[in-house]
Amino acid sequence: MEKFEKLSGIAAPMPLVNIDTDMIIPKQFLKTIKRTGLGVHAFDEMRYLDDGSENPDFVLNKPAYREAQVIVAGDNFGCGSSREHAPWALADFGVKVIVSTSFADIFFNNCFKNGMLPIVLPQEQVDLLMKDAEKGSNARMDVDLEKQEITTSDGEVIKFDIDPFRKRCLLEGLDDIGLTLEKAPAIESFESQAAQSRPWV
Amino acid sequence: MSPKTLYDKIWDAHLVDTTPDGTSLLYIDRHLVHEVTSPQAFEGLRMAGRKVHAPDKTIAVPDHNVPTTPGREDPANMTEDSAIQVAALDKNARDFGVHYYPVSDIRQGIVHIVGPEQGWTLPGMTVVCGDSHTATHGAFGALAHGIGTSEVEHVLATQTLIQSKSKNMKVEITGQLRPGVTAKDITLSVIGKTGTAGGTGYVIEYCGEAIRSLSMEGRMTVCNMAIEGGARAGLIAPDETTFEYVKGRPHAPKGAQWEAALTWWKTLFSDEDAHWDKVVTIKGEDIAPVVTWGTSPEDVLPITAEVPDPASFAGGKVEAAKRSIEYMGLTPGQKLSDIEIDTVFIGSCTNGRIEDLRAAAEILKGKKIKDGMRAMVVPGSGLVRAQAEEEGLAEIFKEAGFEWRLAGCSMCLAMNPDQLQPGERCAATSNRNFEGRQGKGGRTHLMSPAMAAAAAVTGRLTDVRELM
Ligand code: SF4
Repeated sequence: MEKFEKLSGIAAPMPLVNIDTDMIIPKQFLKTIKRTGLGVHAFDEMRYLDDGSENPDFVLNKPAYREAQVIVAGDNFGCGSSREHAPWALADFGVKVIVSTSFADIFFNNCFKNGMLPIVLPQEQVDLLMKDAEKGSNARMDVDLEKQEITTSDGEVIKFDIDPFRKRCLLEGLDDIGLTLEKAPAIESFESQAAQSRPWV
Repeated sequence: MSPKTLYDKIWDAHLVDTTPDGTSLLYIDRHLVHEVTSPQAFEGLRMAGRKVHAPDKTIAVPDHNVPTTPGREDPANMTEDSAIQVAALDKNARDFGVHYYPVSDIRQGIVHIVGPEQGWTLPGMTVVCGDSHTATHGAFGALAHGIGTSEVEHVLATQTLIQSKSKNMKVEITGQLRPGVTAKDITLSVIGKTGTAGGTGYVIEYCGEAIRSLSMEGRMTVCNMAIEGGARAGLIAPDETTFEYVKGRPHAPKGAQWEAALTWWKTLFSDEDAHWDKVVTIKGEDIAPVVTWGTSPEDVLPITAEVPDPASFAGGKVEAAKRSIEYMGLTPGQKLSDIEIDTVFIGSCTNGRIEDLRAAAEILKGKKIKDGMRAMVVPGSGLVRAQAEEEGLAEIFKEAGFEWRLAGCSMCLAMNPDQLQPGERCAATSNRNFEGRQGKGGRTHLMSPAMAAAAAVTGRLTDVRELM
């Protein structure tokens, strides 16, 4: 997996609450059997007009935000389906960090598996970052995972929490499956025990 | 021993390893796989030269993307990209040797209907699937959650999942339901009360007399939508209703193993003094037949209510409600029962089981759908379809003017050709009313099968109690 250590990037404001996975990547793009190339379809229905041209009102189409690497979002970002196509599409677009007061569980997990960092902050801090993001392309936000800090364009520093295991996986770019396979003996002993206690499984 | 919740008990029984930083490795008893979220996972295995760790615990079935019209065994009758995805599942299932129900098999259907129907889902198990509605299986007292594709690959390779423990939430529905009120109304009402993020970070256990009185079908409907409430999983403690349903299913234990299983299953309940991080109580009598008016499953109101004024909400919800109402083409203050519809969809893993079809047929018996209406029934599995035909339900639907389709997800997510046109308005028994969910520009109102059937007859959102 790709490592994540630090980022200095443009942040786009998306204050809408409940941005769901169908908005992030509509189902017609789930028919792929690959992980790549979904970036052009990220936020498809908001981003493009019926004739296929870009909707100039959509934030990521505005000149200031076309290169956004951070999204500051309304509550409950990523609710809906388990489709990992959602973080794949965001990552392919270039988004590495998403900040919100809350994320849907599966989406949150999926981000970490793709070298992305979802950050949960209290409402006031999200509001503050939202204002910062609304400034446009000047609003470069710095995100430092090691220090667990976001620095706004004004130099204000906001601390965030992260699960230590996930932090380590991101910083070192660790592969979950490889890590778990190191525990093969524990898995095998669980299985032989379960074969006794729950043989019907 | 300190008192435990049902969730604690199942968690403890599957713990392979815990690390000092608090993450755990959970053993997975059943892994359900479908064609949309698995190709990249199998590809990952191939690239790393890995095998499926426990093929006998892995069950694959195509459902999301398959046509629901006759002749679908022939890939020529699928769109090209659907055919590629189904062919990939076919190949992966055979190459890796997992259990497989292709479209030509009468047991094929929506993965969350097939699992319980075949007895793959049993009390006390851990069940995962690359699909958020895996929560459905929680109706059996199984810890069931949806996972992403990277996790699908992880489970395929190791039969375990890295998890951190959720908090415990109890949702109690007391007393009895009033006539015309169903499991769907319960689950929608809970989300209406707690919001789509209300369950975030929790595993919900549904309990109370009204839940106990539900059939397994009804319980699956309730747990199915735990995810719409934001919860990682929904659970209902197993009881006689559960055991009765499970007994004799093809993959349920038999003989001495049945007895041993039953002994353990009977210990699967939350202890009297167990700790709950959050408790929500709703009186069964207070639940009305409900519909959704907006584009989030939390936008729930009794059918007797009116479209709300966005200004009546707080925070970011004001903008979201404005956007919803505009998208849905409604006016604040408009009576919900005046909203005219074009399409009715009965099906999905929420309400595509035999009991759902019976409830809808009961309303439709001897009636016709409104002129010009498009209505379809998509049974949840080939076996549900066959049973409905045997019971004469299919005839009722067809005579009323419904299309009688083959099993699959169909218009629940509209990946196949079953889609709404822009502006088309649908009464749906599925679980999501997101913008574009049933087709770009399509407008979805969620409700119970009986309510959807009533809407088909009158051509507008309808209080089913008027037709009872
Ligand atoms: S019926 Fe709908 S919600 Fe259920 S698994 Fe299929 S697409 Fe998902």
